[in-house]
Amino acid sequence: MSEVKLTVNGRAVTRDVEDRTLLVTLLREHLGLTGTHVGCDTSQCGACTVHIDGHAVKSCTVLAAQVDGSEVVTIEGLADGASLHPMQEAFRTHHGLQCGFCTPGMIMMGIDIVQRHSSLDEETIRKELEGNICRCTGYHNIVKAIKAAADDMAVGTPSMAAE
Amino acid sequence: MGEGIGARVLRKEDQRFITGKGRYTDDISERDMTHGVFVRSPHAHARIRSIDASEAKNVPGFVGIVTGQDLIDGAIGNIICGWMIYSKDGSAMKAAPWKVMDPEIVRHVGQPVAFVVAETRAAAVDAAEAVTVDYEELPALTNFHHALDPGAVEVHPEAPGNLICDWQLGDEAATDDAFAKAAHVVELDLEQNRLVPNAIEPRAAIASYNVAEEHYTLNTTSQNPHVARLCLSAFYNVAPEHKLRVIAPDVGGGFGSKIYIYPEEITCLFAARVLERPVKWVADRSESFLTDAHGRDHKTKAKLALDADLKFTGLKVETIANIGAYMSLFSSATPTYLYATLLSGQYTTPNIYCNVKLVYSHTTPVDAYRGAGRPEATFVVERIVEAAARKLGVDPIELRRKNFIREFPYQTPVLMAYDPTDFDALVEKGLAHADHAGFPARRAEAERRGKLRGMGFSCYIEACGLAPSKAVGQLGGGVGQWESAEVRVNPVGTIEILTGSHSHGQGHETTFAQVVADRLGVPVGNVAIVHGDTDKIQFGMGSYGSRSGPVGMGAIARALDKVEAKAKVIAGHLMEADPSDIVIENGELKVAGTDRKLGWHEMTLAAYTAHNLPDGIEPGLTEKAFYDPANFTFPAGCFVCEVEIDPDTGITRVVRFVAVDDFGVIVNPNVVEGQVHGGLAQGIGQALYEGAYYDDAGQLLTGSYMDYCLPRADDLPSFSLDHVETPNPNNPLGVKGCGEAGAIGAPAAVINAVTDALRTEAMTMPATPEKVWRAVQAMRAPIAAE
Amino acid sequence: MYATNYAKATSLEDAVAKLKSSEDGKFLGGGQTLLATMKQRLAAPTDIIDVTKIPELQGISVEGGKVVIGAATTHSQVAASKEIASAIPALAELAGTIGDPAVRNMGTMGGVLANNDPAADYPAAALALDATIMTTRGEHAAADYFTGIFETALEEDEIITKIAYTIPKKAAYEKFRNPASRYSLCSVFVALLDDGPRVTVTGSGNDGVFRVTEMEEALKANWSPDAVRSIAIDPATMLADIHGSAEYRAHLVPVLAARAVAKAG
Repeated sequence: MSEVKLTVNGRAVTRDVEDRTLLVTLLREHLGLTGTHVGCDTSQCGACTVHIDGHAVKSCTVLAAQVDGSEVVTIEGLADGASLHPMQEAFRTHHGLQCGFCTPGMIMMGIDIVQRHSSLDEETIRKELEGNICRCTGYHNIVKAIKAAADDMAVGTPSMAAE
Repeated sequence: MGEGIGARVLRKEDQRFITGKGRYTDDISERDMTHGVFVRSPHAHARIRSIDASEAKNVPGFVGIVTGQDLIDGAIGNIICGWMIYSKDGSAMKAAPWKVMDPEIVRHVGQPVAFVVAETRAAAVDAAEAVTVDYEELPALTNFHHALDPGAVEVHPEAPGNLICDWQLGDEAATDDAFAKAAHVVELDLEQNRLVPNAIEPRAAIASYNVAEEHYTLNTTSQNPHVARLCLSAFYNVAPEHKLRVIAPDVGGGFGSKIYIYPEEITCLFAARVLERPVKWVADRSESFLTDAHGRDHKTKAKLALDADLKFTGLKVETIANIGAYMSLFSSATPTYLYATLLSGQYTTPNIYCNVKLVYSHTTPVDAYRGAGRPEATFVVERIVEAAARKLGVDPIELRRKNFIREFPYQTPVLMAYDPTDFDALVEKGLAHADHAGFPARRAEAERRGKLRGMGFSCYIEACGLAPSKAVGQLGGGVGQWESAEVRVNPVGTIEILTGSHSHGQGHETTFAQVVADRLGVPVGNVAIVHGDTDKIQFGMGSYGSRSGPVGMGAIARALDKVEAKAKVIAGHLMEADPSDIVIENGELKVAGTDRKLGWHEMTLAAYTAHNLPDGIEPGLTEKAFYDPANFTFPAGCFVCEVEIDPDTGITRVVRFVAVDDFGVIVNPNVVEGQVHGGLAQGIGQALYEGAYYDDAGQLLTGSYMDYCLPRADDLPSFSLDHVETPNPNNPLGVKGCGEAGAIGAPAAVINAVTDALRTEAMTMPATPEKVWRAVQAMRAPIAAE
Repeated sequence: MYATNYAKATSLEDAVAKLKSSEDGKFLGGGQTLLATMKQRLAAPTDIIDVTKIPELQGISVEGGKVVIGAATTHSQVAASKEIASAIPALAELAGTIGDPAVRNMGTMGGVLANNDPAADYPAAALALDATIMTTRGEHAAADYFTGIFETALEEDEIITKIAYTIPKKAAYEKFRNPASRYSLCSVFVALLDDGPRVTVTGSGNDGVFRVTEMEEALKANWSPDAVRSIAIDPATMLADIHGSAEYRAHLVPVLAARAVAKAG
């Protein structure tokens, strides 16, 4: 067992967990943050993507103990009260989701992509989404949503809540 | 219009999904819940000598184990195939029993053998691994191409020679006669690659049992919770329907794979009763690959007869369809009535004959996957039409136009009676969006860069909106295919729609509310859609086969008719007017031609206070309808695909994809376009990327995303969509259904483009880089080879 | 995943001591391969010792014609490094093709080189750029380091600390992905060093990463895509799977080598 201390969505949490506990298990089962999903066993689908110290990481392939001391942001930590993060807003506006299962990972990765690129074209967005699989949308509207959010975030729309 | 039919209303359900507040099965926990893990066969075919769980019982956290024998002892029934078909000699299909967990024989890798339950998932995994199963390995038949070979390993004694059914449709003699008289005959060998549906949410179940009330609750990833309850009660003998509640909460995609009731859900319910504790089972992706019903998997010989004027005179199709190790729920219908009935395509071909041999193999069961039979039919028709055009040196579009059906309703020689659509208009728009005229220049430009370009077409028609119950019954279907709806108007005027349709991504909470808004003028925000719970909704058939729009909304429309009629009677009484003079507009009931009006909420409150209702009118305002469609619906479209091939590596890129569809009336363009995008991705995936392969021992070689290529964002282009709107005359709303069209039409368009670029007809799906590279080598080989 | 013990090493000595005191321990980098393998129960170390916070494993520097990279450096850090991009742009580019952005944020160069997956990318660069693998036990020349698929010259308790890559006159990496896994199916790294050209291949060799000396000779005489385009590779030396036969992979090597040479300029 290990004691793991994390800041999750701005809240300090401490849990005693088995060493083999994955971060996604800690989030979903110990903290009740079920917005982060598991869609595969081989670190490929990206439904489990969260931010650790500001960077996108697949929480299904990280031990909770490995990121002890880190700041974790999940899909539940993006909105500032009723005010959505621009990336969330863009997915809604552009119909960038259908069943919603891959969506949290897509949104977390979308933010990471925007943070790393000063300008984004469709080709770059598609390439950067290599580690996130969607079976519903054909990616068409996801790409549109990320592009639109990038434009919104570039003009300085605030609300990078909890980041 | 505002928020009514045709408006691009943003989805109401999105708020919870984008904030991480969706509630999928695995997100739910019950008090005192245990976790189950299945012990699965590592062999494709083996006899089980013994199962030893003694070590598993020592694993900390072990709670219990259920074996196949326990289920048999508990009188749990076998898994059914819900559609009876007959061979051409009149004999019934030879369906072998599918035991939930066969205690004696395993017939595919991944078949469940035992269910181990523990306090945590990790402990259950540890305990399951500690179960020792002694197998006697037996020879396996894993390549269905050899299923009918003399002496082939037999999968079930009930189906000698592995032949389940030798089924036919159409007039063989007339079709043979057409070939005897044909001016031209074109033949083509085709394969439908085996696909794995891959909803991103894996299947899951939480079963609980209330001892005092002898009542079960099952939360599960289902596209049709009522059908699940019906099967669990009537056939699997878990509990009578009134003692079993099935809930399908948020469900993360289905594509057909979540229609079926699998061994896992049945076993969870049984375990919950035996252990008297809730049991959760969640598939990991590897289990999904091994146990979710796979799709497609045909081998086909087709030939097309044409007269001297290039009119199609006959089509003859012979198919072997792989059913896998057991007959899943719709497995008999998918490669027969959902396939051969569409072989007329968009054409006036007068003589069509199809023979399908359904065979067993030692592989995962195969059943309906997005499109279910219709992608297979479209692939046959649209590939052979394009091949014929090339062989005969005519433009593929001209050949199609020469043979288009232009008079409706049109009775095909393969059962279907098409409702009106406009194939010429679809093609015209398709060619315009694809810049067909500019293609030769683009091809030449690509050649200068050392690349090969091809353009391919697919003019599909499909039958969805399953379906008139009487017709389904006559064809062997075990259930009716109507849908139910209840419109509950509350005293304050807000509305709940209880629907038997189930949304697992389709956006019903928004589109169904739009239908109400359109009729009653109430805001979409005042309409709640209730679905996916057998305790709340009286009955329903669920969502598959693009039926939620044409059938599910049809039921809502019929219930709204009744609500509207009663509302007018009440309003007329209150305003001292004749009900026939009442009009409903913008949330008000008005007396036509006067300034007398009543707010919608005033009328609803009056309905519930019942202080002043007309004689003979019951209080309240709640109406139900069961809607049974008069016919299938027939969406159709024209897809144009342009590919560019790197001849040195064989990598094929879809550089342009145009889809023009006729879905009849469109309720929400955003949602419909999204459905098309997703369908296209799956269709392009089938054509270029996806394929499930077994080795000779029956191991699934493509059992994870490491080897099964699910299309990623950079594998696909942005799509160019348009539509033609021919309202469906047989449906209260004029809608036709849109969920499968993309997956149905796309494979043929892509392969027609690839084969156009490669100047060969010999290309199987998926057209992988290596296959394409080999075709390039063949194309560039010296002419002597011809 | 089987039960295991996790510990964070604070120094090299601490890491080695922890490993030695474990029953069947393993060093952990970013975990993008080891944890994935453990999740599938294909590996079951009793202890995993996280070496990524050890000071000696950090940092990127350019010194004496070499780029020296700490073994705990993530692929994202390599891809984003200005020093690497200006000294060996092909190496930064290669790092940006590994896995996907989220995997790159965790995966480390040391982890990749210690694992030596036949479909990994860094081995192609290390072998082509005459890298020196610096460890707790000394140094390995890349030429002697890769000893076979998932095999290296490392001892059980040996930790990679830094990797020093020779700065080439020019270099380029041409990657052909397995369409499903996105790992290298066949990828070629070409470099022109002071003592001549290098051509290495990953993803395809029966024994893992390898040099194509015939192509190197040809490039020595004539550094141009045409020089390598028609040099045949023996399929008998190639891996084969459902994504690519040995013959196809052998065909790809000269195609990709020519493209890499063209890209390198």
